Amino acid sequence: MHVVYPVVLAALLFSVGVYGVLARRNAILVLMSVELMLNAVNLNLVTFDAWLKDTLASGQALTLFVIAIAAAEVGLGLAIVLLVFRNRSSIAVDQLRDLADRDAPSAVPGETVAEREAAR
Amino acid sequence: MTGAELVFVPLGAVALGSSVLVVTTDQLVRAALWLVVALGALAGCFLLLAAELVAWVQVLIYVGAVVVLLLFGIMLTRAPIGRSVDLDSGNRVAALVVALGTAGTLVTVVVGGFRTASIDLGDGSAGSAGTVGAGLFRYWVLPFELLSVLLLAALVGAIVLSRRDIGPRARDGGED
Repeated sequence: MHVVYPVVLAALLFSVGVYGVLARRNAILVLMSVELMLNAVNLNLVTFDAWLKDTLASGQALTLFVIAIAAAEVGLGLAIVLLVFRNRSSIAVDQLRDLADRDAPSAVPGETVAEREAAR
Repeated sequence: MTGAELVFVPLGAVALGSSVLVVTTDQLVRAALWLVVALGALAGCFLLLAAELVAWVQVLIYVGAVVVLLLFGIMLTRAPIGRSVDLDSGNRVAALVVALGTAGTLVTVVVGGFRTASIDLGDGSAGSAGTVGAGLFRYWVLPFELLSVLLLAALVGAIVLSRRDIGPRARDGGED
């Protein structure tokens, strides 16, 4: 089997994940897109392990590590998302602007800096 | 095309198509279910690359645990069942441009770099539980144990974050 097929598939999956992370508002959908990106990396690791025939089984061992880290990440990420939902009743990532730079142009169309300062 | 490639291409198409649906569908629960299809097809790709153990771990942990966790998250955040119009943020066009740029760059580089490389799958024993287990516990013991501590710390942290009766008290005027 050519190496090109799996690595191209991994590159395309990674790009789909990048699109999802950047375009989605819902924090859970962002987590799903991160899972897609991690899976693309896993496919690369398995492919190169099969291609190079590593005697330490590095590629597959690292794939298992990535899967375990992804499980930890999604557990912790969901706990944080639930905490945010409990405090704000919303998990839209573009509405969580408490840490945003106050001098930056407003993300809400039509809202001036003075209105935003008054809202604080 | 060899037989493995003939099976790999449709599996890859299924994985890619369902992952595109994950990031474009306007129904939250369906996104999670399309994720199951994508991850299952990827497990099939792992099997074709002779990574048998990794494929079954993928099915067990991703399809069995991570997607169920994500569904729990969807339910607990009271997501609407059915269509919701506000799942995409305003920077969709910019995201599309970045994603297409990433895809173009990566595909160009990997096709240029690995055009002639070919995988010899041998007898398919490279990814069996015996081989991977021996490698894991002979050469990768320390990272493996460290990872178990990391996983424990992450799960304890998740419990501490989710329980209401432990952790810092709510401050006065903290909500604004």
